[in-house]
Amino acid sequence: MKEVKCDCGHVNPFGTKICGKCGMVLGNEKENQLIDMRYEGSARRSQTYKKTIIDKIWNFFSSVKVGVTLIVIALIASAIGTILPQEMYIPSTATPAEHYELEYGWFGRVYYELGFHNLYSSWWYLIIIGMLGISLLIASIDRFFPLYRSLKKQGVTRHDGFMKRQRIYGVTKLEEQDINLEEVKDRLKRQRYHIREENGHILAEKGRFSRWGPYVNHIGLIIFLIGALLRSVPGMYIDKVLWLREGERKEIPGTNGQYYLQNNEFTLEVYDKESEEDKQYSAAIDKTGTIAKTYQSDVTLYERKGETLPGEKVDLDKLKDYKIKVNEPLKHDHYALYQVDYKLDELSTMAFNLINKKTEEKYGSLKVDLNNPQKKYELKEGYSVDLISYFPDFEFDEKGEPRTISKIPNNPAFIFKMHTPDKPEGEVSFVAIKETVEPLGENTYKMAFNGVETQDVTALTVRKDLTLWILFTGGIIFMIGVVQGSYWNHRRIWIKRKDDEILLAGHTNKNWHGIKRDIKQAIESTSLSEPMDQLEEEKSSSKGEVLNG
Amino acid sequence: MAELSSNLLYAAFILYLIATFLFGGSIKDKRGAEEKKQNKWAKLGIFVTIIGFAAQIGYFITRWIAAGHAPVSNLFEFTTFFGMMLVGAFILIYFLYKTPALGLFALPIALLIIAYASMFPTEISPLIPALQSDWLHIHVTTAAAGQSILAISFVTAIIYLIKFVDQTQSSKRTFWLEVIMFTLVCTIGFVIITSSFAAMDYKANFDWVDKKGAEVKQEFNLPALVGPNEGKLIETYRFEPLVDMPALINAKKLNTVLWSFGMGLVLYGLIRLIARKRVAALIKPIVKNVNLNLLDEISYRSVLIGFPIFTLGALIFAMIWAQVAWTRFWGWDPKEVWALVTWLFYAAFLHLRMSKGWQGEKSAWLAVIGFAIIMFNLIFVNLVIAGLHSYA
Repeated sequence: MKEVKCDCGHVNPFGTKICGKCGMVLGNEKENQLIDMRYEGSARRSQTYKKTIIDKIWNFFSSVKVGVTLIVIALIASAIGTILPQEMYIPSTATPAEHYELEYGWFGRVYYELGFHNLYSSWWYLIIIGMLGISLLIASIDRFFPLYRSLKKQGVTRHDGFMKRQRIYGVTKLEEQDINLEEVKDRLKRQRYHIREENGHILAEKGRFSRWGPYVNHIGLIIFLIGALLRSVPGMYIDKVLWLREGERKEIPGTNGQYYLQNNEFTLEVYDKESEEDKQYSAAIDKTGTIAKTYQSDVTLYERKGETLPGEKVDLDKLKDYKIKVNEPLKHDHYALYQVDYKLDELSTMAFNLINKKTEEKYGSLKVDLNNPQKKYELKEGYSVDLISYFPDFEFDEKGEPRTISKIPNNPAFIFKMHTPDKPEGEVSFVAIKETVEPLGENTYKMAFNGVETQDVTALTVRKDLTLWILFTGGIIFMIGVVQGSYWNHRRIWIKRKDDEILLAGHTNKNWHGIKRDIKQAIESTSLSEPMDQLEEEKSSSKGEVLNG
Repeated sequence: MAELSSNLLYAAFILYLIATFLFGGSIKDKRGAEEKKQNKWAKLGIFVTIIGFAAQIGYFITRWIAAGHAPVSNLFEFTTFFGMMLVGAFILIYFLYKTPALGLFALPIALLIIAYASMFPTEISPLIPALQSDWLHIHVTTAAAGQSILAISFVTAIIYLIKFVDQTQSSKRTFWLEVIMFTLVCTIGFVIITSSFAAMDYKANFDWVDKKGAEVKQEFNLPALVGPNEGKLIETYRFEPLVDMPALINAKKLNTVLWSFGMGLVLYGLIRLIARKRVAALIKPIVKNVNLNLLDEISYRSVLIGFPIFTLGALIFAMIWAQVAWTRFWGWDPKEVWALVTWLFYAAFLHLRMSKGWQGEKSAWLAVIGFAIIMFNLIFVNLVIAGLHSYA
């Protein structure tokens, strides 16, 4: 491709609209119109090459119009996902297909059929986000390098046409007196402008680094998206739940048996309006009822010592005691354990007495650990009880046979065989809560209920997320970039000295109010005339017509 | 302490009201016609605004002491804080640009927001475990600060549109501008109707059947135009509902919406009847001296200032806290999604403005939509869409 040589001698890359050095307009923009200063009129690939398929893809993704369209599509799609709860927020016992129709009628059914109940992990949503990421990357590359080059190479002396066609422009005719620009220069310096001079012409510039803000924040976003993508790489992310009864010690899932956790105690505390500490909340407590104050699990963390074969007893080293609360997870070696749920007063043991039904004489008592029952309970000489079957969460199935729904002792039932000196073969008895059945005929003995013990159960989420630091880095870079681009402005003031006049032009990427104030301060009490805002001129004159007409 | 706190809030409210009139005076005063030269009305106006702001900070601090935690934990507290930050953002912008006209619009909107906030339960409520964290005040205050600075762009956009839109003939522009005006009037309607019936201590209890078929009780604090599903009014001498709603619809909330809308219609109708012109046309003479370019620039500037703060508070701090409290930094909870929607919207706004040259009027309409999204997230998402954030 041919390069473009400007009258000033500077050689510009093909596609340049404004000479990078002197600012002469090289493209065929209309005269008497303000110059489009975006990207300094530099040659962007997307504006220059439009032939091959790669050009077309490049140009598609580098277009701001496409970028904004993608943003708007992502915005609308995200909003749609909030109309009804996502699948993860409906009760875990519900079947989604039925739940949506049952709760929200025909609309719920349509919502479900369209897959909106899992919108954020749908292929099309991910494609939109992916395209947005590609757009961020390509649009940034397309603009950053040409912009960087032309700002680096910009000259001090600017073409008259360039000056004239800036939004802020003013001419001061030199009559007899000459104007000393030293004072103006000093004032601009005090306003933190960098001054460059060439043959008496001046370029005052400040805040150029704010131009890099958008590219910095786009890099931050791309890093963030990469971090989000890495989550699906095995080993980067673990999300498990650990239910732990009081006194129980279990392997922490997801740690390959390296760590064990013991639950020493779970505490649920509620606000008490009678107490000195919480009395300011009494009105709110009266209105809403019980309000939880703390969910806390006192735990001990253990680590396995050395390698153990399956089935072998594991040696554990105690690492630390910790009180896990909401907002205060236990962290160790990339793992974090969070308080997420609990269950109060789960049955833990159930005690029985072996008695003679008639005489009610006691022949000993036994206590069944509902989570770890024994097969046989020896009572006094000649008396023993076999636990033939145990149903922690008992119900009768369709055939009337007992079965268990889960391993959690919500509704325990037992089949006992009672051995006594007069019935050495044993009598079979089916015992459930408030129910005793003697399936093999009338018994002499029975297992009489003798109380229960309960315990609390805590639920902890086990989390490992190695992508967090990537996301965090991306977030910080984004913030730096967005602050850099938003809170600083790139301002330039050109002063060109000619034989009988001085031209002054100004440009800023934003906050025109600010640059006008800077110029005003710099030229105050000199005989330089204050430049005009040519855009304002245009507008107010056209406005005037409307008002008059 | 709690009483002192609510008195301070009341004082702030009154002071903002006075300041509004002072800014009104500064516009009428001919000497205020020239921009950037403040007349004594404007100086007094900003002075009173600052005292009001100080009073409201006093409310915030005393309530913090009384509650033992930052008062940003329920809808009343958050919305009040949002109103306060809006005033703070206005003061900041005022000192950058010295525009009294902004005060004349920003303060009434802040007043409306604070009045709206007071319609929610104002008791000091304890923090549930998930909220017990320093991130509560870090996240919520930064997010509210960001939103309120973004809201300034809405205020300037309103002024811009009132001045810019040609009222001599009706058009799409005049229609949508009236929609905005009507929405504001409805908010006033809501405040009037809710506080009137609250003052009368109006209560109507219903026995009704919810969608699971269970019998439930519900208390209405406004006369029930629409009643709950198979609702039976318990008290006598109470207004009988005209129609019962199906169980899927929350009749109480719909009833409040209907009342606000109806009251808004009455007020709006009265204004139109008396003034015989559009509300925006009625206000237009007040803003005849403002400089459109300057307004446009303030609008853009406040988005530029607000956007990074919003990102930090409503997304980054939010994610950090969510990781600590809810085990994951992002969970597609409706409030989170709507913060993302807001963020995407303003990102689109900035791109359109920077690269597509959407300035002036287009940018003003966008600022209005942006504010609508913020309000939607504040009100609708909390009250209607249930989620982890609906603690009010």
